[in-house]
Amino acid sequence: MEHIRTTKVEQVKLLDRFSTSNKSLTGTLYLTATHLLFIDSHQKETWILHHHIASVEKLALTTSGCPLVIQCKNFRIVHFIVPRERDCHDIYNSLLQLSKQAKYEDLYAFSYNPKQNDSERLQGWQLIDLAEEYKRMGVPNSHWELSDANREYKICETYPRELYVPWTASKPIIVGSSKFRSKGRFPVLSYYHQDKKAAICRCSQPLSGFSARCVEDEHLLQAISKANPVNRYMYVVDTRPKLNAMANRAAGKGYENEDNYSSIRFQFVGIENIHVMRSSLQKLLEVNGTKGLSVNDFYSGLESSGWLRHIKAVMDAAIFLAKAIMVENASVLVHCSDGWDRTSQVCSLGSLLLDSYYRTIKGFMVLIDKDWISFGHKFSERCGHLDGDPKEVSPVFTQFLECVWHLTEQFPQAFEFNEAFLLQIHEHIHSCQFGNFLGNCQKEREELKLKEKTYSLWPFLLEDQKKYLNPLYSSKSHRFIVLEPNTVSFNFKFWRNMYHQFDRTLHPRQSVFNIIMNMNEQNKQLEKDIKDLESKIKQRKNKQTDDILTKELLHSVHPESPTLKTSLCFKEQTLLPVNDSLRTIEGSSPADNRYSDYAEEFSKSEPAVVSLEYGVARMTC
Amino acid sequence: MEFAELIKTPRVDNVVLHRPFYPAVEGTLCLTGHHLILSSRQDNTEELWLLHSNIDAIDKRFVGSLGTIIIKCKDFRIIQLDIPGMEECLNIASSIEALSTLDSITLMYPFFYRPMFEVIEDGWHSFLPEQEFELYSSASGEWRLSYVNKEFAVCPSYPPTVIVPKSIDDEALRKVATFRHGGRFPVLSYYHQKNGMVIMRSGQPLTGTNGRRCKEDEKLINATLRVGKRGYIIDTRSLNVAQQARAKGGGFEQEAHYPQWRRIHKSIERYHILQESLIKLVEACNDQTHNMDRWLSKLEASNWLTHIKEILTTACLAAQCIDREGASVLIHGTEGTDSTLQVTSLAQIILEPRSRTIRGFEALIEREWLQAGHPFQQRCAQSAYCNTKQKWEAPVFLLFLDCVWQILRQFPCSFEFNENFLIMLFEHAYASQFGTFLGNSESERCKLKLQQKTMSLWSWVNQPSELSKYTNPLFEANNLVIWPSVAPQSLPLWEGI
Repeated sequence: MEHIRTTKVEQVKLLDRFSTSNKSLTGTLYLTATHLLFIDSHQKETWILHHHIASVEKLALTTSGCPLVIQCKNFRIVHFIVPRERDCHDIYNSLLQLSKQAKYEDLYAFSYNPKQNDSERLQGWQLIDLAEEYKRMGVPNSHWELSDANREYKICETYPRELYVPWTASKPIIVGSSKFRSKGRFPVLSYYHQDKKAAICRCSQPLSGFSARCVEDEHLLQAISKANPVNRYMYVVDTRPKLNAMANRAAGKGYENEDNYSSIRFQFVGIENIHVMRSSLQKLLEVNGTKGLSVNDFYSGLESSGWLRHIKAVMDAAIFLAKAIMVENASVLVHCSDGWDRTSQVCSLGSLLLDSYYRTIKGFMVLIDKDWISFGHKFSERCGHLDGDPKEVSPVFTQFLECVWHLTEQFPQAFEFNEAFLLQIHEHIHSCQFGNFLGNCQKEREELKLKEKTYSLWPFLLEDQKKYLNPLYSSKSHRFIVLEPNTVSFNFKFWRNMYHQFDRTLHPRQSVFNIIMNMNEQNKQLEKDIKDLESKIKQRKNKQTDDILTKELLHSVHPESPTLKTSLCFKEQTLLPVNDSLRTIEGSSPADNRYSDYAEEFSKSEPAVVSLEYGVARMTC
Repeated sequence: MEFAELIKTPRVDNVVLHRPFYPAVEGTLCLTGHHLILSSRQDNTEELWLLHSNIDAIDKRFVGSLGTIIIKCKDFRIIQLDIPGMEECLNIASSIEALSTLDSITLMYPFFYRPMFEVIEDGWHSFLPEQEFELYSSASGEWRLSYVNKEFAVCPSYPPTVIVPKSIDDEALRKVATFRHGGRFPVLSYYHQKNGMVIMRSGQPLTGTNGRRCKEDEKLINATLRVGKRGYIIDTRSLNVAQQARAKGGGFEQEAHYPQWRRIHKSIERYHILQESLIKLVEACNDQTHNMDRWLSKLEASNWLTHIKEILTTACLAAQCIDREGASVLIHGTEGTDSTLQVTSLAQIILEPRSRTIRGFEALIEREWLQAGHPFQQRCAQSAYCNTKQKWEAPVFLLFLDCVWQILRQFPCSFEFNENFLIMLFEHAYASQFGTFLGNSESERCKLKLQQKTMSLWSWVNQPSELSKYTNPLFEANNLVIWPSVAPQSLPLWEGI
């Protein structure tokens, strides 16, 4: 509270991001403890969570006021003009403070209260049970067992307590291997393919330097390959570019030497590091923010940002994994430097390709919990939850979501969830509204007592499941149906609904999915009505037959039935138009489309029309 | 029959056909006058029938005695035939080459095609100008049908019947025709029922360097304005290009002589620039190297999406003038047969719900493209693979279809037809068994007696069994004006093509 000096500013203008004619909305800006709220003259509200703010910028004073540009982590960009410089300065300072908290305890999740009691909260956290998930995969079994080596986080702080390793790997081997791996992250099971008896394992880079060896580590790798009864060799995938891995050797780290390990095949896949990814996204956003962008600038910007190239690299690596398991029956060990960024991307995408369970809503939550949260992807640092090192921020998880989105585009029937689900998850990794993504590893989360003090996101998403269902999903498919995406370059497209999710004017105006969903609803409703009516008919007929029996008036049956029929038809007819109104046709207004360069030339403007577009944007956020 | 002379080897056995996304097929290759047929001679297997006129370019390669012919089609397909025997391969290749580049239109397949279906409705008479005019019946107070071009004497590229302002007589039209490029005097293209505003189109005015003027021309277009209203002239060329055109006798309307009109210049590319753009685009699409940066830079270098954006922007501008400003619009470029038609027809798709139905869209193509004299024969002679470039080849119609697809993607429920319908039109514009897209104008089609000698595409498409393939299940008539977004982020590449 102590950061807020001005809670309300009137006569603030909200500029349209893309309009070349400086169109704007006037309204009032409110500052609360958690949100920034803008209410325009049409009573449309725009809520911005402080934690979503990536940067606030105060531009040079203009004649109309003091411009304030706010960039959000969910790719919303708002441009306010505050009439008085003092107000602007106050807001600017408050936002700077509020958007970058120093302590976890100040984050929204610790004050967020969805009116649930403690047992409900606990149930929410128990919704996803990783032990259950490993059981589903088929472990422990005769080759893999639960290891209690890390029960007290003694061997590796960033791993979870429960880890699955080959049963032949004894504790000394594990301890020895962990000492030979960066941050103690020794090879453990990530996914077990029951059908092929092959596993995806993950770890961090070995501390091999130029010549160091570790017998325990070699033993552990051999144990992993032996745990696969079908194929004796295993792939070791280093997700870094070869050059980066070589450079690491000088620092005493590096990669596995094929000569020292029996039965491994070593492979680089060349995904760039977090710093490259961060600047790539930065470039992409710069290009997209340009006013009056030409097609050529867009594509050359897209190219020079390299974003899609990185996405493709991640995808290629995941495909390599899936192929190794499906085609060669070989187990795979994946690592990068620390084994929590690229390794998480590749392992989780690989499992998603292999196992259709992860393509369901629940399964996708499990996947994120397993490969990202439990294995210590540093969400708090990568998303910049706290005021920390900006060099640790990187859109690694965003890339994973984008890869999944590309898969949903190529396989529209394979996923139970839709784009909105991915966008919602992306929203919440930054929102700090729920406890799931706070902290950098399980140990830290336990210390923060997140399960007692905050709520889990997943039950809230499940409750709203309807919104996230893909109407084209066909669930009948077999569990081990492998997706084989086509990676020809033109299949990689710019994800407009992510990077422009708040720029509604850029979107198609009618959504096929919504309409199909509505139609399904209608059908269900109609089927229900038919059943109701049929039962009514039966009742009446029974009645009639009773009547006939009692009164023996045979003729009366005939005049009755047509009225029944007409009433049935009538019911259906009246139903339809009601449902039709559900269909929305947006875009019946020409407000701010880019071709209105000539709008200034035209004498009249269309005031009523602008609000319509904004209304649409707000309703869905 | 003279085809026989061109076919040196009519039949080869054991030919292997490779197509992308299909397994290879082995079978017998036959050449006929109009088709290349490959049949595996087994039941239940698909045969390949390829029209010679669909062939854009062919390549030959030899490995030992096994010859390979790679056929690149105008619809961007690439197929590969492995033919055993050097001589057979050479014969086939030269035959295909000769047959696919026949000069005479009357030798084309539509003149030999005998329909296997019962004609329910003759497509040649489906969209008569008189009927179309009746739809604008409320307009008949101000407009009339003129038969001044009955013998194609006034304007060779116009149809015999055109719609002009009622107050202008045929004599004046003749005079105006001498003042407009190709005799293309301003005619009605679209009448907006909502407010009575119109889109007209014409060729450029022949002002020349000394600023010629024509009183009748001014009177004609002024006749379309309401009292005290202003109109807009959209020139699809940039101001520079329009000024250069004066040196060749062309030009644009001077403000001094047209005080009630405001002129807007938009630059839509034409001819070889578009053709090169298409060639680059297709080359980029066929690049299998999986390299992201190469793909994006090639896509960018092709400029294809820039052209799409320009055309859509101009069409939206025209529609905005009509619907939002309540002003009439005159659209022209140089000849008024290419970019002009793209803009007028797209503006109608934006403004007019009827043109988003199947029949309405067919009528639109008939009226705004075929009748309006878009030179299909010239523009669609070759496609993306051909090396011998002619100045007049250009994928103008394809660009138009792509623009329609972009709008369709943004409003998936407002169109009665689907993507396949657009693809079908594209294929038939380049190679077809029907006569609809033959010839460059109505007068040429009359001379060729297409109506008597060939079938109309519409006769075939409008059968119920065919129509079902092209219907959009989500269609719900939307009576509103639809405004597409033209930002680059909203314009993806059309994968269907």
